[in-house]
Parts: sequence; C-alpha cells; structure tokens
Amino acid sequence: MTDAVNLSVNGVPIAVPAGTMVSTAVALAGSTRFRRSVTGEARAPLCGMGICFECRVSINGREHCRSCQVPCENGMEVATDA
Amino acid sequence: MPDYDVVVIGAGPAGLAAATRAAETGARVAMVDDNSHPGGQIWRAAAGKAPPEAAPWIHSAEQHKVEWIAGARVFAAPAANRIAVEKFDGELELGYRSLILATGARERFLPFPGWTLPNVMGAGGLQALAKSGLPVAGKKIVIAGSGPLLLAVAKYMKEHGADVRLIAEQARQSSLLAFGLRLAAHPGKLMQAVGLRAALLGIPYLTSCWPVAAEGTDKIESVTLRRGGKTWTERCDYLACGFGLVSNTEVAALLGCRLANGSVVVDERQQTSIKSIYSAGEATGIGGLELALVEGEIAGFAAAGASARARALFATRDRYRQFAAAMERAFALREELKALPREETLVCRCEDVTLARVEACTGWREAKLHTRCGMGPCQGRFCGSAVEFLLGWKAESVRPPVFPARIESLTRTEP
Repeated sequence: MTDAVNLSVNGVPIAVPAGTMVSTAVALAGSTRFRRSVTGEARAPLCGMGICFECRVSINGREHCRSCQVPCENGMEVATDA
Repeated sequence: MPDYDVVVIGAGPAGLAAATRAAETGARVAMVDDNSHPGGQIWRAAAGKAPPEAAPWIHSAEQHKVEWIAGARVFAAPAANRIAVEKFDGELELGYRSLILATGARERFLPFPGWTLPNVMGAGGLQALAKSGLPVAGKKIVIAGSGPLLLAVAKYMKEHGADVRLIAEQARQSSLLAFGLRLAAHPGKLMQAVGLRAALLGIPYLTSCWPVAAEGTDKIESVTLRRGGKTWTERCDYLACGFGLVSNTEVAALLGCRLANGSVVVDERQQTSIKSIYSAGEATGIGGLELALVEGEIAGFAAAGASARARALFATRDRYRQFAAAMERAFALREELKALPREETLVCRCEDVTLARVEACTGWREAKLHTRCGMGPCQGRFCGSAVEFLLGWKAESVRPPVFPARIESLTRTEP
C-alpha cells in the first residue's frame, strides 16, 4: 500500500490509505459500535458530515471526537466506546 | 482594520464560487470549512482528490490567493464583524468586513423503528464514508427516502461495485412525471437526469415506497418496505436513507440574520437582514448545485462591492430558482410518513427520547425542558427537522456555542 497510514483501533494496529477518515478506519477494523447511547444502544455514523455526533470516538485520549471529520494520522490511537 | 475583506463560511459549490469571485475583484478572502478538503458534500473529495467538476473552482480559488482554513467550525460570534472558529488543535478569531454564509444543507431523517441501528445511514452519509475508503463492493444496499440525492448515491454505489437492491422514493410517480416534463426547459438538468437514468439501469426505482422498519441485532440485517398495500422485507448490509435536505441555518441564527421557512432570508444581492452578511446556496433554500454556484458568484461579487457583475447573473439565478421550486413540489413529503415512528421509537438520538415522551409535551420548549429532546451534542439539528415534520413544532432560536466547543475555546472568546 503506497502512502499507508498506520494507526490503532481499540489497540489493534491497522493500515489505511492516506486520506482515510477515522470513521472509515473504525469500520474497516470491524467495529459497528462507535459509541454507546445514553440508554446503552450501539451507535455508528449517520450523517457522515460532522453534524450528528453519532460517530464520536476517543482519539489519542481525547473523548468525543467526530471520527468522520478527522483524517487518519500515523500513530493515532482510536478507541470506540466498546 | 479587519483581517479580511471577505470571510466565507463553507467551501461547497456556493462557498467556492463566492470566495473565488470576491477574490477576483482584489478582495482579501478567507474560506473556512469544517472538512479537511474543499468541495462541500456534493463535491466531497474521494481518497483526498476532489471530483473533476470541483477542480476548476478549487484551482481558481487558489490562484486568486483565497486563504483556506480547513477543519474549522464556527461556534461563536464574540464581537461585531468577528467570528470564532474551533479547529482540532485550537481555536482562532477572524475579523471581516463582509461575511458570506455558504453553510449548505444536511439530510432530513425521519424516525422509524430500527433507524438507530448501526449501518442505517444517511444517503449522503454512506456516500461520504465510501468516498473516505469504506469498501462497498458486493455490499447489499437499499436506498430510501426522497429526492434526487438518492439517484446520485445509487449511481455512485453501483459504480463502486455495490449490489444496490432498490431505490425507494416516497413521492408519487405522477408528481415526478409532472416534474420530468419541466426538465425539458433546463438542458443541463435534463442531461444530468438522462445520465443518471442510464447508470441506474437494472436498479428498481420504486415510487410511493418507503421503509417502515429496520431489523437486526448488532447492526441492520434487513429493512421492511411498504408500497401501497404491499409490505415486504429486503435483506441488506446498509440502508442509505434521507428524506430530502434541510438548510444549515445555525450560524446565520447565531449572527441574528432573519430566517423564514427554515432558510436564511436574502435580498436580490444575496444580502441577509444584516448589512455586512451575505448568504448563498442551500442555506438560503434547497436548490441544487447550479443554483448554489450562481448564488455564490452573486454573493461574492456583491460582498466585494462589484454590484454590476452581481446583477449580470440575476437572470440565470431566476431560471434555476424556478427549477428548484418545481423540484420541491415534486418531492414534497407525504402525510403518510408521519405515521412511520411508533410510540417507543426514538426521535432524539442524542438523548434517546421516544416519540411518546415528546408527544406528551405541548411544544418544543417543554420537550427540551422535560425530556432533553434536542439538548444533546447535535443540538437538535436532526430531531428538530423530524419533530417539525411530525408535530409541526418549530425549533426555537439557537444559542452560542452553536457547536459543542472545548472549554478552553469558550473561555478564550469570552468578551
């Protein structure tokens, strides 16, 4: 893979093409639960454009990042609310 | 002295056209967008590359030295002619002489049982993920809702190897045919419609059809559709679902611009009720790509003081506005869709509020206070338009910050 970006999702390493959004990396890593709703339901991206906040994950320890708006970077540590 | 003559919020077609035209006249222009690449939603970059239609505008904006501020969203207006934007790694304030709001639109989602399951997404939402590298080849996709976006998304998915099972369009065939006849007056649109139709060969396009439930455990596995008296279940990996578009008006509301019918009110020069602020594109009413471009051009010229050049484009804009009005009539949402959610269906996904709890209130304010409907991180951007359609309540005015912002950003912009 040329221009690969290496990051981890829930501690598991994954390589994605440069330009991939974190939301896509999470989906590629096999997660369908990005966050847990206030009543415990599994939630995943809805709008894909940074408005609905359903895709939020923690990135490098920062909570509530909208994964659909953040491009993957080398060394990123992404965690879903699994 | 302000930092910029013109600041443009939004880098979709309207924003790009506005920024480029303003900069052409010699104005110092900045263009701000929440995304990492210009193009907005319709021209969203795939694998970091803008689609060919967008390239000339992006190139032209660069050539005229439009300053590009990516990954930044407006959250407050700390003083007159100043806005505060937050980036992933900090915040900044921008001063302007004129501001152009080209904030675009979002999809309208209507709640139905199972709509909160993972892999039930917006039509544009799934396309955005696919453009960011989500493989859709071989995936079973049902596309449902209303409007021309469904066709564009179906085309994109099919071109990328997806197994698009069907398109469920809620509008009646008769209203679409009436619209189709009007297309003849708009060659560009007609070509587009023909081009889309060719690419859609083999995908059933069912009018008067909509989803009544999505089923699955960890994620969607099937969707139940209804058409007339017939109800059936279709297995799928994704349901891409959107019931038309809604203008993004939060920043305009924050700045005190007058709104009407869910959009920003503008005069013939695309000027809002506030002299220094202009607006163009879907924020001023849903009208499609061509209308957004010409409105953006007019706003860009007008904001930079080139009134004659703005005026020369009025006739073109009027033609596209007529087309937009016809489209709105053709795809108007049907009353039957108000029966989609059941009592226990969640209306507000941020705070998990059911229809029954919202209905028990007398209005939007009471619903917010008693159920927290619309009080979560999306700040009512999705439940608001759903509740307006279902119950006829208009969302109340927005308050800063118009987007959840970090404490550090908020403390630093306190006046």
